Amino acid sequence: MQPTIAAISTPMSEAGIGIVRVSGDDAVNIVNEIFRSKSGRKILSTFASHTIHYGFIVKPEAGGDEVIDEVMVSLMRAPRSYTAEDTVEINCHGGILVVGEVLETVLQNGARLAQPGEFTKRAFLNGRIDLSKAEAVMDIIQSKNRLALKSSMGQLRGSVSDLVKRLREGILYEIAFIESALDDPEHISLDGYMERLSEKTEEIIVELKKLLDSSENGKILKEGVHTVIVGKPNAGKSSLLNLLVGEEKAIVTDVAGTTRDVLEEHIRLNGISLHVIDTAGIRFTEDAVEKIGVEKAKKYALDADLIIYMVDSSVPLNENDDDIMKMIQGKKTIFLLNKTDLDMVVTEEILKQKNKNEGLEIIRISAKENTGIYLLEEKIKEMFFHGEISFQEDVVITNMRHKEAIRDAYESMLQVRTSLENHMPEDFYSIDLMSAYASLGTIIGEEVGEDLVNEIFSKFCMGK
Amino acid sequence: MGMTQIKEQVDVCVVGAGHAGCEAALACARMGLETVIFTVNVDSIALMPCNPNIGGSSKGHLVREVDALGGEMGKIIDRTFIQSKMLNVSKGPAVHSLRAQADKAEYSRAMRKVLENQEHLTIKQAEVCELLTEDMEDDMEAGKPDGKKHRKKITGVKTFTGAVYECKAVVLCTGTYLKARCLCGEAITHTGPNGLQAANHLTDSLISLGIEMRRFKTGTPARMDKRSLDFSKMEEQFGDERVVPFSFSTNPEDVQIDQVSCWLTYTNGKTHEIIRGNLDRSPIYAGVIEGTGPRYCPSIEDKVVKFADKERHQVFIEPEGLHTNEMYVGGMSSSLPEDVQLAMYRTVPGLEHCKIVRNAYAIEYDCINPKQLYPTLEFKEIKGLFSGGQFNGSSGYEEAAAQGLVGGINAALSILGKKQMTIDRSEAYIGVLIDDLVTKDNFEPYRMMTSRAEYRLLLRQDNADLRLREKGYFAGLVPEELYRETLKKKAMIEEEVVRLKNLSVGASKPVQDFLLSKGSTALKTGTSMAELMCRPELSYEILAELDTDRKPLPKDVIEQVEIEIKYEGYIVRQLRQVHQFKKMEKKKIPHDLDYRDVKSLRLEARQKLMDYKPVSVGQASRISGVSPADISVLLVYLEQYQRNE
Repeated sequence: MQPTIAAISTPMSEAGIGIVRVSGDDAVNIVNEIFRSKSGRKILSTFASHTIHYGFIVKPEAGGDEVIDEVMVSLMRAPRSYTAEDTVEINCHGGILVVGEVLETVLQNGARLAQPGEFTKRAFLNGRIDLSKAEAVMDIIQSKNRLALKSSMGQLRGSVSDLVKRLREGILYEIAFIESALDDPEHISLDGYMERLSEKTEEIIVELKKLLDSSENGKILKEGVHTVIVGKPNAGKSSLLNLLVGEEKAIVTDVAGTTRDVLEEHIRLNGISLHVIDTAGIRFTEDAVEKIGVEKAKKYALDADLIIYMVDSSVPLNENDDDIMKMIQGKKTIFLLNKTDLDMVVTEEILKQKNKNEGLEIIRISAKENTGIYLLEEKIKEMFFHGEISFQEDVVITNMRHKEAIRDAYESMLQVRTSLENHMPEDFYSIDLMSAYASLGTIIGEEVGEDLVNEIFSKFCMGK
Repeated sequence: MGMTQIKEQVDVCVVGAGHAGCEAALACARMGLETVIFTVNVDSIALMPCNPNIGGSSKGHLVREVDALGGEMGKIIDRTFIQSKMLNVSKGPAVHSLRAQADKAEYSRAMRKVLENQEHLTIKQAEVCELLTEDMEDDMEAGKPDGKKHRKKITGVKTFTGAVYECKAVVLCTGTYLKARCLCGEAITHTGPNGLQAANHLTDSLISLGIEMRRFKTGTPARMDKRSLDFSKMEEQFGDERVVPFSFSTNPEDVQIDQVSCWLTYTNGKTHEIIRGNLDRSPIYAGVIEGTGPRYCPSIEDKVVKFADKERHQVFIEPEGLHTNEMYVGGMSSSLPEDVQLAMYRTVPGLEHCKIVRNAYAIEYDCINPKQLYPTLEFKEIKGLFSGGQFNGSSGYEEAAAQGLVGGINAALSILGKKQMTIDRSEAYIGVLIDDLVTKDNFEPYRMMTSRAEYRLLLRQDNADLRLREKGYFAGLVPEELYRETLKKKAMIEEEVVRLKNLSVGASKPVQDFLLSKGSTALKTGTSMAELMCRPELSYEILAELDTDRKPLPKDVIEQVEIEIKYEGYIVRQLRQVHQFKKMEKKKIPHDLDYRDVKSLRLEARQKLMDYKPVSVGQASRISGVSPADISVLLVYLEQYQRNE
């Protein structure tokens, strides 16, 4: 029996509906658990194939009272579906966050998150797609995977990945200690170890719970068009961000180089989610702190779905602008001619010449006077609906993946706690500690491999 | 030359008569094939050149598994041990492990006797210098997809004297003898273990066949004269009061013997000072040794350098046998020069006046990179060539015996035209051992460890017979009657587990009183006998009073019933994992698959797959550098491949 899988199968957007697809032997049963028809009954499993039904997705653990979304559910029984397995598609109406929540409810009720390209892979393996498409299927798997990996890594900057690494190190040490004592009982004793492990386990449980809760609050879950604002110092990037956000987040001064790190905001523009990153001004600098900011800005720009390039139209272009234009070549970019309230030195023509490109998107604004911002908003909307830029749907998937991994690790640690409470022998703890270690590893893309054996030999003196 | 050389025809040639070679040769002969076992010295059959133990954590499991499959090691140690202990008894049943002190000379003699009396088996003292092969006909036309030479097959071996033994299969079990070099400080000899003659010719023949060789090293501590040691300064270590045999066929009453003691003492600051002061004279630290040594069996120099903050290290003084005064100094292997060794040993309490019989030494030897083997232990590129033991890059007597047995069984099966036997990671430690060897990058002599077995709750030493007898029977090595016994045992266990699960226990007054009297808690509602058994404070035996309809059952059956019930939750979880694992193991990859045709594989994954040629998708997934996405791609490709066929 293949495990039942689920994923959001439409591009993520605020505007339209989102579809959660569930495929596998348990697909109908799982959705049946969380679906209520208008009359309040769960009767999905009795419906015929290829029918569509109106109702609600609810949280079954809340007694079915808590409604997540109003939905249309379509039912396709094997083999007459895309994957040739029992398939249920949930059409949600409530926007990105709600679609995410519906997916999570499906996962909590027994499905697992689909791997990149897995629906297509199943369609092929189940004979639904013909032979000529096999190579395309393999390409999809690899490219989706690359994308997922890229965005997964992209999101895990700094503190979260440090915390995950620290937790893993702590867990690995405990496993290695237990295992070295099992392998070499005459040299290494586990006397009195239960108490230490108990303390450690509680510490780790607390940390994982915090991480899990923070992901509920959306601190990890960030979705939207990755938009990066770049420009040389004092071009007005922070002012733009403040205008978009509507509050004073970035410090705006007229001293060049004020934003030394990066600022991130999650905003909605005409129903489109933007994840906006305001970067430090890009210029050659000797200031160590500022230098880091500049490097970061370059890194963010590389990962971006959309770049907003702020040009200070009141001063001539210089080598810093040349640098930036080189950096953003081939990226989807909107050029903003800022400071149009002053005398314009840089014009559309100059930019077009520099970039040898007729099709540049150039908009005049004044961040100070708040003019032209609506043009920018319209432009982003237009680009989005023409499909020129899109949400990285995999961003959400990988976030969900992180969350699932943290939850798995958390549950494994609870199992360790249970084993401790039941006074199980020590060798039972390391089984669940190992699962927790492996789950956390999937977040930072690290496999278990020979980690344990290496840890045993490096930390504990073994042998005859 | 005009000289007439001896030319003989046999079925199997086994090269080397250590722990791997003995199992391989016995298996082949017992399966009815004419077998010759070659050794450079008949007196060194089943020699234990290092520690005087059989078993130990996870190694004890291997011995049990060898026994269940029809091997010899367990039976021999049951006859020749002088002390025995079950390790880890305070821990879970999965990590209980038997370890025995062997009378080395007796062990060797007993094994030799079995070999000598085995029908179809001939012992021959000779150095095998060359493997004889021919190109395989079916592969001649097509050539190899990866541009390598044609696949070959074994036709015989040639000895140093020029004698030729034509055969259909060869099992290489050369241990540490190939181009061996022993180092004791500045003194270097080109000999095998214990000063025995090295085998200096075979390596060249292997290289010319395209086999990739590597060089490993290991070491052994000094042996001392018992009369020179002061045991009053050491802690005495006794064997178990009730000894459990290794072999499922040994009558437990036969192993209740008078045991000898081992002794525990410690190194100290002075010992460490002497070692640190002479590191420049250690061949390892001076860079004279090129081979890679094992981390789990570090020399005392390594321990002192790597764990500098440890004030003392344990030293186990163990007898080498009943009829010798030699004592093994466990924990202090070394390759320091003789004079430093003596000074260092004499700082240890009880060893102040020690006399060294044999110096500690390090040994370097040629072995192969085992990725060249199938999980059957046959070479991928040379049909009929099998190998086992330290030659495959492992270490330890038990690891060697396990591989020798599997290599031997498969050599025999291949000649008999039957399907070869593979053991996977969910079936036995042997499966883990072989899979690790042929699938993972190993950079040091490989030692079995309990942490390497991911399904270890299922791979217990107590159920090795239930796991493997059937395999041994179908291979033709385990006799019918033993197999039937195992089936009967299985049925009894299942029946009793079901009975206990269905047997309800009410919350009546006598039951509550009984529970409280046993230090347990009263029942809230009725439950089953099995549920009660899950309570840590209760056992099958204790519950006898409540369970009056019980049939008398053998002890080993009760043990299994108890483990199955007490740890059911964990066992069920592992069984579920095994189910997933098996699915991928069953997806086979054809030998001639050309990975260059699988366009979407990442470059690194493609190179690794071409290099290792895994037999199944499961094996492929364990190769480092092959990602889950690569595996998905491979699955899709294989489906396409099969539809095309």
